[in-house]
Amino acid sequence: MPTVLPASARTVDIREEYLSLNRRKRMYGGILLIVFLAMFVSGFRIAEHRNAASLSEGFSRILDFPRDLVTEAWGNAANLPAHAARAFPALVETVNIALVSTILGCILGTLLALAGTRGLARWPRLIPLARRSADVCRAVPEIVIALVLIFILGGGPVPAMIAIAIHTAGAQGKLFSEVNENVDMKPVEGLASVGANWWQRTWLGVFPQVMPNYLSYSLLRLEINIRASAILGFVGAGGIGYELRNAMTFGQGKFDQAAAIFLMLFATIVLVDQLSSWMRNSLTRGRGAQ
Amino acid sequence: MTAIAEDARKLALGAMRRKRAMALAAPVLLMAYFAYVFVAFDVSGLVQRAKMDNAVILLSDAVSYKIHATRDNRSDALAVSVEGSRRATYPEDRIPDWIRQDGDRTLIELTDGHSVTYDGPRISYDHPDYGPIRITIGNPILLDLPQPGPVPDFINASDARVVVTTDAGRLTVTRTRTDTFRYFWGWELFFFDLQSPFHGMSAGTLAATVAGGERLHADRPNWQAVLHDFLNNSIWRHGDVFFAIGETALMAFLGTFGAAAIALPLAFLAAQNFTPSRWLRFAVRRVFDFVRGVDALIFTIILSRAFGPGPMTGALAILITDSGSFGKLFSEALENTDQKQIEGVQSTGANALQRYRFGVIPQVMPLLLSQLLYFLESNTRSATIIGAIVGGGIGLMLTQAIQTTADWEKVTYYMVLIVLLVIAMDALSGWLRRRLIKGD
Repeated sequence: MPTVLPASARTVDIREEYLSLNRRKRMYGGILLIVFLAMFVSGFRIAEHRNAASLSEGFSRILDFPRDLVTEAWGNAANLPAHAARAFPALVETVNIALVSTILGCILGTLLALAGTRGLARWPRLIPLARRSADVCRAVPEIVIALVLIFILGGGPVPAMIAIAIHTAGAQGKLFSEVNENVDMKPVEGLASVGANWWQRTWLGVFPQVMPNYLSYSLLRLEINIRASAILGFVGAGGIGYELRNAMTFGQGKFDQAAAIFLMLFATIVLVDQLSSWMRNSLTRGRGAQ
Repeated sequence: MTAIAEDARKLALGAMRRKRAMALAAPVLLMAYFAYVFVAFDVSGLVQRAKMDNAVILLSDAVSYKIHATRDNRSDALAVSVEGSRRATYPEDRIPDWIRQDGDRTLIELTDGHSVTYDGPRISYDHPDYGPIRITIGNPILLDLPQPGPVPDFINASDARVVVTTDAGRLTVTRTRTDTFRYFWGWELFFFDLQSPFHGMSAGTLAATVAGGERLHADRPNWQAVLHDFLNNSIWRHGDVFFAIGETALMAFLGTFGAAAIALPLAFLAAQNFTPSRWLRFAVRRVFDFVRGVDALIFTIILSRAFGPGPMTGALAILITDSGSFGKLFSEALENTDQKQIEGVQSTGANALQRYRFGVIPQVMPLLLSQLLYFLESNTRSATIIGAIVGGGIGLMLTQAIQTTADWEKVTYYMVLIVLLVIAMDALSGWLRRRLIKGD
C-alpha cells in the first residue's frame, strides 16, 4: 500500500504509517499461521483417528520389525550372499525398467517440449495441445497405468516400464520446455538465414544449447525412476520390489531374504545417486571450462 | 603460417571425426541396449500372452453397462437389475419400459429390431436378419432355428445351455434361469441408486424438487436428502470415495509439512555457516543421506508393520523420506545466505533468535516455500501409491477395484478423481507460489 506523503510530513507520521503497516502485515501473517496450524492439527487428528494403530502405539513398535529383521539376518548371515545372488536378476530388471523408461520418457519429453515451446514449435497451433498432454501424462500416477496394464499384459516389467515412461515424458516435457524458453535464439535465426529447415535449426541451433541441461535433468529423473520401479514391483510389476513382497509375505523365518533385498536396494539407490551426481557435476564443470 | 593452418585443419578434422564417431556410436549403443531389453523383458512373448479381450472388456465396461432381465424358470419371477447385482434391482413399478410384462409373457426389446420373448417354457429370440430362434426349456433344451443349415456362430448351444450373443445383447437359457441383457452407454446409477426417490429424475425436475417441491423425506429438506442419497449411493459410495480422496490429500499435506518442520532446524546443524563443529555437521549430513538413500518403499514397509493400515502410516512414510531431501535442500539454501543481512540485524543489538528470524528466514523463505509446494504436489501422487501399499486413501480403493477385475467403471471414476486431485494440487501450489513468493 504505497502512500505518497507530502514532503512536509513529519517523521512521526512516517513512523506511525510504517508501524501500522507492519502491524497489519504481522496480523495477516499470524492469521495465516493460525489457520495453517488449525488445518495441520485437525488433519493430524483425523489421520490418527482413521489409523489402525495410534501414533504412540506405533512408535513403541516401530523398531520391532527392524529388530526381527536384523536378528534373523544376523543369525543367518551365511545365507545372505546366496539370497542376494538369487535376487540379483530381479535387481537388474528393476534397473533396466528404470533405465529404459527414463530413455523413452526423455525422448518423448523432448518431443513434447519442442512441440510446446513458443518460438521453437514446428506447428505453433498445437502448442496448447502439447502442453496439456504433458500435464495429463504428469498428473496420472504411475500406479494407475501400471495396474491397468498388468490386467491386460499380465505381470512383468513391461507394464511398469510403460507406466514410468509415460509419467517421465510428462514431467520432462515440462522441465525441458522451461529450459527451451531460455534458449538464445541468435543461432537459430542465423541458421534460418542460411535456409536451414526446422529440423536443421532445432538439431544444430537448439540442441547444442539445451543438451547439458537435458542430460542433467534426465540423470535426476533416473534417480527418481529407480525408486519408482522398485515401488511398482511391490504392487505387482516385476523386479526387486516383487521379490521383496514375496519375501515379506513369507514372514517370520524368511526375513533374512528380505534383509538381503533391503541391502541390495539400498546399495543400488545410493550407487545410482552417487553416479548420477558425479556425472551431473562433470557436466556442469565441462560446461564451465568451455 | 601454412604449417599452423595445416595443424589447425588437422585438429579440426580430428575433432569432427571424433564427434561424428560419437554421433554414430550413441544411437548404435542405444539400439543394442534396447535389443537386449527386448529380449530380457521377453517382449515378443508378451505380445502373444497379452489378453486383448481383457482390454476390450475393460474399455467397454468402463463406458457402458448392462441391464439384465432374469427369470427364475421355476418360480417364473422376473428380476430386472443393473449388472445382475442384487443391490441394484429395479422395484416392480419402476421397471424400464423396454421390458413389458403381460401376464406370463415378457417382451424384451433390444436394439436394432432384436427382441426376446419369455412365454412359459417357450423362449423366442427375434433376429431381424436371421428370423425367430425358438428355444424350449426342458430336458434337454430344444433349439429350433428358422433357417436350415448349421447353427450360426452367434448361437452356442448344448443340451443344458443355449447362448445367443449379438451386438444388441445376449440371451442365456439354462434349465433354471433365463437371462437377457442389453447394453447402455454411461455409468449406471451414478448419481442415485434405485432406492432413492430421486433416481430417474431429469436435471430440471431435480432442480425444481430441490427449489420448492414437497418434501420427499419427512425429516430433512430436499436438498439435504439429495446430498444424502448421492453420498450414500449404495453402488458408487461417493461419500466413502470422497473421504478416501481427502485421506490421500491429507497424507501428502501432513507428510510434506511435517517433514519441513523437522528438516528446518536440522538443516541449521548441517549448514557450514551456522554450525562450526565439523563432526556435528558431518553426522547430520550423513543422517540426511541415509534417510534419502533408504527408499520410501522400505520406510513404508517398516512403518506399515508398526502402525497398521491408515492415513497416518502413509503420512509418516512421506514425512521420513522427505525430511532427508528437505534437510539437504534447506541446508544448501542456508549455506547460500548472505552474511551481510545477518550482520546488519546483529548491529542493531538483536539476539540470536532475532538474527535468525529477521536475518536468515527472509532470505531462505522463498526457496523453502517453493520447494515445499513442489513436494506437496508430487507427494499427492506418491500418496496414492503409498496408500495402495499401507492400505489407506484412494490408492487402496483403486487397487481393490482393479483386483476385482469387474468394476472398470469404478476404476475409471477413481482414476479421474486422482488426476483431478493432482491437477488441483498443482494449480493450488502454483497459485500459492505466485502469491507468496512473487507477491512479496
